[in-house]
Amino acid sequence: MSHDTLVQPVTAESPLPDPRRAATKRRYTVWSIRVLLVVAVLGSWEYSASTFLDPFFYSKPSLVWQKLVDWFTVGTSQGSIWEQIEVTLEEALGGFVLGAIAGVVLGILLGRSRLLSDICAPFIKAANAVPRIVLASLFVIWFGLGMSSKIATAFVLVFFAVFFNAFQGAREVDRNLVDNARILGASRTQVLLTIVVPSATSWILASLHSAFGFALIGAVVGEFTGADKGLGLLINHSQGTFDAAGIYAGMIVITVLALLAEWGLSALEKRLLKWRPPAAGNEMQI
Amino acid sequence: MDPVIELRQATKRFRSSSGGVHTAVSDLTMTVAAGEFVAVVGPTGCGKSTTLSLVSGLEPPSAGEALVGGSPVRGIPDGVGYMFQQDAIMPWRSVLDNVAAGPRYRGATKAEARAKARDWVDRVGLSGFERYYPHQLSGGMRKRVALAQTLVNEPRILLMDEPFSALDVQTRGLMQDELLRLWSGSGAAVIFVTHDLEEAIALGDRVLVMTASPATVKGSFPVPLPRPRDVEEVRLTAEFLEIYREIWDSLREEVETARERGAANVA
Ligand SMILES: Nc1ncnc2c1ncn2[C@@H]1O[C@H](COP(=O)(O)OP(=O)(O)OP(=O)(O)O)[C@@H](O)[C@H]1O
Ligand SMILES: [Mg+2]
Repeated sequence: MSHDTLVQPVTAESPLPDPRRAATKRRYTVWSIRVLLVVAVLGSWEYSASTFLDPFFYSKPSLVWQKLVDWFTVGTSQGSIWEQIEVTLEEALGGFVLGAIAGVVLGILLGRSRLLSDICAPFIKAANAVPRIVLASLFVIWFGLGMSSKIATAFVLVFFAVFFNAFQGAREVDRNLVDNARILGASRTQVLLTIVVPSATSWILASLHSAFGFALIGAVVGEFTGADKGLGLLINHSQGTFDAAGIYAGMIVITVLALLAEWGLSALEKRLLKWRPPAAGNEMQI
Repeated sequence: MDPVIELRQATKRFRSSSGGVHTAVSDLTMTVAAGEFVAVVGPTGCGKSTTLSLVSGLEPPSAGEALVGGSPVRGIPDGVGYMFQQDAIMPWRSVLDNVAAGPRYRGATKAEARAKARDWVDRVGLSGFERYYPHQLSGGMRKRVALAQTLVNEPRILLMDEPFSALDVQTRGLMQDELLRLWSGSGAAVIFVTHDLEEAIALGDRVLVMTASPATVKGSFPVPLPRPRDVEEVRLTAEFLEIYREIWDSLREEVETARERGAANVA
């Protein structure tokens, strides 16, 4: 046996692929297939709606695009599109912030107190079983057509999503960590703030992702039920005038908002959870 | 001298998972004087950790009494430091902030706490790792963080539950020497639980042998080796071997009892 075959060091000309090059190539493939898929779907929709489907009911991509351009250049039937976006975002954000704070505080309190959670458990389960979307109608009666009724709808949707995660997170705190902190001299409040809250953070952050989506749904449904401004109203109005393209266009605007919020929350999560080991598969190796 | 730590016929029972009652510690009486280093050995599962939890005030005794500084333990007594058997450092804090936790809880400003912490991080040999998070450290390094975190509070009573069992032999030797050095100036009373009889003799003024479950004190063996000790050197002396043989005779029976019971349970 010759030496050449025995010794196989990793030399420059060895056939090991450069991992960075491989990753770039992979990304390229993934993205080109994605773009292809979108083009195929939109293309066949456009084609069908131009031949055998009635564009009055199903609309088509070119009409939706036209509508979007219209909204952003000329304005909507309800006035400037930016104003509608602003109103809906404000409602969603208001409900999100209030709901998240209430959910986190109550979840952690109940999660740490056996007595409180025993007392409240049946009420919370019952409240969670209520079809919450229906509350939107009630809130319009209570709070009127303005923003507060939409904030209330978003609030109830967000609250339960966050509450259950915060509750679970506060329950699953490692007993050793709590004992250790107490030995080191922590008071009850210090244990809560320095051990329980950080332990529950990953649970809470996980729920915030879906919670912002819920907040948007709450705001839009609220506007649908009765409003004088907002994207939900715009969609409702399009429905009233059988304007399918308008409904699609409204959906697209809302989707973009949700994606932007998701991106912001992911960034926040990454910052707050930088102490966690990276997920398996993408460790920081050389 | 008045004992700093005293257990009087302390008994601890737990509800076992099958619904019965499991006695972990039974009728245990022991004392530790101020500045004394007591090493505790006993078969696995006999109730050593439970004994420490009685002294620390984390668990109340089911019967009998635990006294620290002459008064019964209610809640966590002042001046107690406890290094747990399991990892208990905060994964979301850097090494430095983990070590600074104790002083922070006790009302030091952030700057004071960090200055103290930095000193202790150095002393346990972790300088350069201040900003690392626990998941970036090895098991042995995490143990050293826990050690610094406990010692930074300058406890008068130090409870240690197998603190070095996760370390490799060389690091363990270094840490043992370091512990003796840190302790010698402090006047702290120490209860040091270990599986390793050599370690117990090398470190302790006295070695307590526990019975197989439920734990009581089977025997108390003084270790008249002179201090300061070098743990690597002292192991090789004739006195050491003699003490080792004497204690091992006592410990072996308990280990065998525990093993037979374990085998019986499995069968
Ligand atoms: N919180 C608890 N609830 C129920 N049983 C417990 C509890 N803590 C300890 N025990 C039981 O008490 C016994 C003694 O446990 P302990 O942890 O004190 O043993 P140990 O001597 O420290 O063992 P090791 O050397 O393996 O650490 C064990 O049988 C264990 O199952
Ligand atoms: Mg133990």
